[in-house]
Amino acid sequence: MYTTDMYEGVHAETVTMKGANGDEINAYLAIPLGKEKSPAIVLAHHMPGWDEWYREATYKFALHGYIAISPNLYFRAGHGTPEDVAAKVRADGGIADNQAVGDLEGAMKYVRALKESNGKIGIFGTCSGGRHAYLTSCRVSGFDAIVDCWGGGVVMEKTNPKMPVSPHEYTKDLSCPILGLFGEEDSSPTPEQVKIHEEELKKHGKNYEFHMYPNAGHGFFYYHRPAYRVEQTLDGWKKVFSFLEKNLMNA
Amino acid sequence: MCTMITQSVKIDGSGKHNNEWIQLEQANVSFDHPFHAPYEHTLNIDFVNENQRVAVELSESAARDLVQTILSVLNQAETQGHLEKQSV
Repeated sequence: MYTTDMYEGVHAETVTMKGANGDEINAYLAIPLGKEKSPAIVLAHHMPGWDEWYREATYKFALHGYIAISPNLYFRAGHGTPEDVAAKVRADGGIADNQAVGDLEGAMKYVRALKESNGKIGIFGTCSGGRHAYLTSCRVSGFDAIVDCWGGGVVMEKTNPKMPVSPHEYTKDLSCPILGLFGEEDSSPTPEQVKIHEEELKKHGKNYEFHMYPNAGHGFFYYHRPAYRVEQTLDGWKKVFSFLEKNLMNA
Repeated sequence: MCTMITQSVKIDGSGKHNNEWIQLEQANVSFDHPFHAPYEHTLNIDFVNENQRVAVELSESAARDLVQTILSVLNQAETQGHLEKQSV
């Protein structure tokens, strides 16, 4: 817990890292200062893009003692404002699952190689990022915790060439504990879809902790959107940091 | 989340972007998260050319009303004989 007599510092900057297929992409990296070794967290940004909220969230994790990295999953769509780049990706039907998984795995390897890393790494994502985070933590080994915030499309009714397998079908391969935060009023994922996901985790004996918030819909952490719910957000962040502390700091 | 419901159509026309008129080549229509409009999902139209975008985000009812209005205006123009063949 922060007290006012503490030294606090974060080094945050844009870096270049290797993503899927060895492609060089950019990422936002934040490293807490004044600590010899820290656990790390990879952030999978949401559909609206590699935006300010994600840079702020990356910084926030560093303030809480984590090396944090948010790869630009839309790098291959070119450069412009985050909105314009995200609009291009949207028009293109999103990014391919294999590419997202490769980029997030690359981010995990990047932070693991840092001299400040204590070797423990989690993954966090919201919206499509929650889905990508789940997919990655099932398909790639090396993560010690995953936080899925309202990841839509974890249980898919219809797949497509870019998203050929519903992520929940990989549940048997999940190799780390999962924290899931959801809102009762969300239309994707619906509470029914979250239930299906939960049943799958239960079936395979996975270590999971799901919370379904009343009076909250999709994206209730986003203070710049009408979906923002202050009480649920405060409780949600508390649960996120408590879960990560248990699995990455004290494990 | 992201519904990823999207379709594109080639268009011919102009749009105003950063206070300048630009040529538009395509409209990308989606029903997905908006960046600005205060809804979880909106009907989004990105009027684009290779490098530029003119964007609108409409509530579902606004989008339906707009479609009806466009068709109504076109019908009226046709009835009154204003839809002469356009030359480019």
